Amino acid sequence: MKPKTLFDKIWDNHVVRSVENGPDVLYIDRHYIHEVTSPQAFNGLKERNIQVFRPGNTIATADHNIPTINQHLPISNELSRNQVDTLSENCRNNGIELFGYNHPKNGIVHVIGPELGYTLPGMTIVCGDSHTSTHGAFGTIAFGIGTSEVEMVLASQCIIQPKPKKMRITVNGVTGKGVTSKDIILYIISEISTGGATGHFVEFTGSAIKSLSMEARMTLCNMSIEMGARGGIIAPDEITFNYLRQLPSVPGVKNLEASISVWKKLQSDADATFDRELEIEASSISPMITYGTNPGMGMAIDGTIPGTIDKKNETSFLKALNYMGFKQGMKLLGQPVDYVFIGSCTNGRIEDFRAFARIIKGRKKADNVTALIVPGSKNVERQMSDEGLMEIYKNAGFEVRQPGCSSCLAMNEDKIPAGKYAVSTSNRNFEGRQGPGARTLLASPFTAAAAAITGRISDPREFITDMKNNKK
Amino acid sequence: MPKEKFDILESTCVPLPLQNVDTDQIIPARFLSATSREGFGNNLFRDWRYKKTGEKNSDFVLNNPVYSGKVLVAGKNFGCGSSREHAVWAIYDYGFRAVVSSFFADIFMNNALNNGLLPIIIPEALLSKLHNLILEEPSTKVKIDLDKQTFTIVPTGDSVMFSINSYKKECLLKGLDDIDFLLSMKELITAYETKKVR
Repeated sequence: MKPKTLFDKIWDNHVVRSVENGPDVLYIDRHYIHEVTSPQAFNGLKERNIQVFRPGNTIATADHNIPTINQHLPISNELSRNQVDTLSENCRNNGIELFGYNHPKNGIVHVIGPELGYTLPGMTIVCGDSHTSTHGAFGTIAFGIGTSEVEMVLASQCIIQPKPKKMRITVNGVTGKGVTSKDIILYIISEISTGGATGHFVEFTGSAIKSLSMEARMTLCNMSIEMGARGGIIAPDEITFNYLRQLPSVPGVKNLEASISVWKKLQSDADATFDRELEIEASSISPMITYGTNPGMGMAIDGTIPGTIDKKNETSFLKALNYMGFKQGMKLLGQPVDYVFIGSCTNGRIEDFRAFARIIKGRKKADNVTALIVPGSKNVERQMSDEGLMEIYKNAGFEVRQPGCSSCLAMNEDKIPAGKYAVSTSNRNFEGRQGPGARTLLASPFTAAAAAITGRISDPREFITDMKNNKK
Repeated sequence: MPKEKFDILESTCVPLPLQNVDTDQIIPARFLSATSREGFGNNLFRDWRYKKTGEKNSDFVLNNPVYSGKVLVAGKNFGCGSSREHAVWAIYDYGFRAVVSSFFADIFMNNALNNGLLPIIIPEALLSKLHNLILEEPSTKVKIDLDKQTFTIVPTGDSVMFSINSYKKECLLKGLDDIDFLLSMKELITAYETKKVR
């Protein structure tokens, strides 16, 4: 038999039918939906007078435009409230489980899916959200889709999809002090650019990847879309299985150990070939920060913005620097910061809040900084309380908000004002992403914490003094 | 729903020679709260098209009356970022029927094909030549023949084949619909589910 990659094994196992010279009809095991990209799909079903084909395979949450304060009150923005209400109605009418606004298990779709045990190795998972790639951390084929495709899945539990090419990124070695998986992925994107993996599904492997926790793996796979990849995937291992073992429940799995013994086979064959390969030495990665308006415009925290640029890219490059108010050849260390945002489907999990706490503990928030501290889910919020993190945040002068996507895309009130600088643990620094005119600098929770207490862009390594320095 | 058919399109172009134009620029998130597909064209490229004061930004190409047409000639890696199909709805609603680039982000390309907006990939050198031609002579027309899969710059005669998967080509030429196709396969899908459980 021809050797196969992990991706091939899962994909081939889900092909219902191949369209000649065309895409495959791919069966979807798990479909996540949220309020923003689903209403038009449900409208489509209504117009055809059909019901959701397999409502049990779809899980819903409200996350993108909900407020992160006073969640006990109705949503004041009328359009947002209408969208959230429409989701509730659509779920009710179609028998779809909803962890909606105010539900005790509510949260960002890519945070609650894994923590509620709905994301499992070997699955195909889609959602009308590009960061669906997050779930690849469990050894799943997970990718973002558009609303027409959401409608396809609701109608038939399948989508029509061309099979992407395969790429492998191997990160070997040991990362240095203060370097997290966020830095690894920002480094990779800065190396290959924001379109560097377009058309490919990426398998991450190597000793530096295998030593990452599940939360860190999710951060890594989450941002694989930011290099254009269709998705990212990491072969499941004991770290994956232990994560699943400690979950309160794994819905739909009768015997977890029996399933784990099957999932252990989810590995690329030793001699499987990839269309592209990239190898990276972990020790060459520093804590990273972005200086431009796409996630590929990143550099080491103590680096300088490129001074010269390829003529072809010059217009876009200069437009980005102009927007950011930066100059070629400039250092960012020491630049004043106005906002810090920790949260999002990229860095809104418990380990991220622990990492942030490690630096702010016993210190004080800088007066010039407004901090938006937004847990990724109610569950994360509860964990923060249980572990005493809330006290650490409060003592350092930080107010913790309620869960949601919040300032990552600023659909709710959590907007960064025009011209202000925000060090953000989210995933996109596009123009206006965090509010019209907002200037975003993407970084890890450590780097965000260092900025929050100094009020300036600072090297997080100076604030990490204990020995357990490689993990978040 | 069956879409508008696409066969041959000859039109002038609107040039947007910027790289990595993301879907947040095409339609900012604050306009995504609608629950229907219509009306997004008004906010296409909102923050480039309008100043903070709400008045039109005369520097932006959509506000330059010299350029018009049904073909948007974009730059490399167009449509990267968010999966929001609203980006395609906005481009289509504004009046474009084709977008040309040297490469597109994957999700954007699928979304475009699913909405009758034809994404056409041409070599980088030709794209650059086309941008220059349009900037010099805004009446420059291109001709797109979907059946023959050819893209031609009319005044110069430069012509290239573009690729599109045969299924999507058929859908666009005949105005066929994906959901009808999937619904016709219910038995096959159910059989797959039964086999998988076993």
